[in-house]
Amino acid sequence: MITESVLSLFGLGFVSAGILSVASKFLAVEEDPRIEVVAEALPGANCGGCGFAGCESYAAAVINDPNVAPNKCCAGGPDVAARVAELTGKAAGAADPMVAFRRCVKVEGNVAKKFEYFGIKSCAAAKLIQDGPDACKFSCLGFGDCVRACPFDAMWVENGLVHIAPAKCTSCGTCVRTCPNAILELIPRRSRVMVFCSSQDKGKAVKDVCDAGCISCGACIKKCPAQAITMVDERIHIDHKACLAYGPSCGEACVEKCPRNILRCLNPEYIAEAPEKEPAKYPEESHVADLKA
Amino acid sequence: MDIFLLFISAIFVNNILLAQYLGNCPYLGCSKEKGVAFGMGAAVLFVIVLATVICFLIQKYVLNVLHLEYLQTIVFILVIAALVQFVEMFLKKMVPPLYKSLGIFLPLITTNCAVLGVAILVQRKEFDLLTSTLYALAASLGFLLAIILMAGIRERFEITRIPRSMKGVPSGLIMAGIMSLAFMAFKGMIA
Repeated sequence: MITESVLSLFGLGFVSAGILSVASKFLAVEEDPRIEVVAEALPGANCGGCGFAGCESYAAAVINDPNVAPNKCCAGGPDVAARVAELTGKAAGAADPMVAFRRCVKVEGNVAKKFEYFGIKSCAAAKLIQDGPDACKFSCLGFGDCVRACPFDAMWVENGLVHIAPAKCTSCGTCVRTCPNAILELIPRRSRVMVFCSSQDKGKAVKDVCDAGCISCGACIKKCPAQAITMVDERIHIDHKACLAYGPSCGEACVEKCPRNILRCLNPEYIAEAPEKEPAKYPEESHVADLKA
Repeated sequence: MDIFLLFISAIFVNNILLAQYLGNCPYLGCSKEKGVAFGMGAAVLFVIVLATVICFLIQKYVLNVLHLEYLQTIVFILVIAALVQFVEMFLKKMVPPLYKSLGIFLPLITTNCAVLGVAILVQRKEFDLLTSTLYALAASLGFLLAIILMAGIRERFEITRIPRSMKGVPSGLIMAGIMSLAFMAFKGMIA
């Protein structure tokens, strides 16, 4: 009886193994071994900054598609771009390093609260109620959806305003896609000037709620010799490429002309400097405290 | 009529998850999002039907012939594991889109107790091949139904304020229990 059962189990196992080994021969899918090598060279954060679903799919795309550039990985920066270019035999174009930028200064502008918000601590949820608790409906909501989304731990919330540590920011754009108010934007690290406000309201409406906000007067648009400033989606948009190409000979006429002092020079050190303090963690427990109260 | 009754009762009354408590790990593990839950349910449906048919044939033409019925459990595990591996390879080569959507779930259910459970249940109940296949189909449809319902509830729970200690699996287990109670009401349907 033992012999029978052992033999038959052995037989079944042998048959299955045989079928599987034959199948692995005939059904083998050939995968380019370079894909794995490239995927290993990538940071593996799966942030999606390259525009693909994750590091793995970018690796497959950059190997298989000659039109996909090797410098798409913003998280890895030039080092990874060079490595990927070497592995794929493509020319590594120089990517202009970018950084995330917050277009809101609501603390400085003394933006009041419309109402006290007690809902879920999430910007997306707060936005659904009367466009958020702030008097300005384009302000930073400050519940840190972007902080939680950031794969590189480069953001934190302070005084209801999100802060970005430029040294940690890899410009993957995850926060930009997360923000329901679209106050985050990717700009080149070399950028000279930027509007520190994202309001789409007209002048009077902005003045009513914020001491600092952009009133869309358009003085900068007229003043810019490079014509790099335009109105897009009812807010000021700066074409940093055109601005940088024109160079500093204009003496930052737009900044000088701005009556609200909201179009400002970007301190090159701001962009490059390391965060001076350890980012405070967003208090996730706060809703539990609400329940106890 | 009998087969129809069997079909309906396998989906609702004897739901494999909520009345027989088989396959609870994917039920709790893969029910955080509806899309993932559907993928898991579809993979389970696919594997259960296939495994039941193959196991039925193995039982009838190998185990019964050699009088080795007592080896049923271990043989079924062996066959199911090999089958899932084979199916995975087959899909990868022949039906890449299906492989992409089921891909990660297939290896997960190699040793799922719902798969083995259905294969053994149809033997206990002494069904013929056609009835077994239908029963397997109905059982896995019941699985699909339960896991999608669960995912729908849990998606809502994600944005609900519940005590931190109850988040995730604890509230999931409570919900599973309540759903199981609710499904017991179907017992009156087929009296």
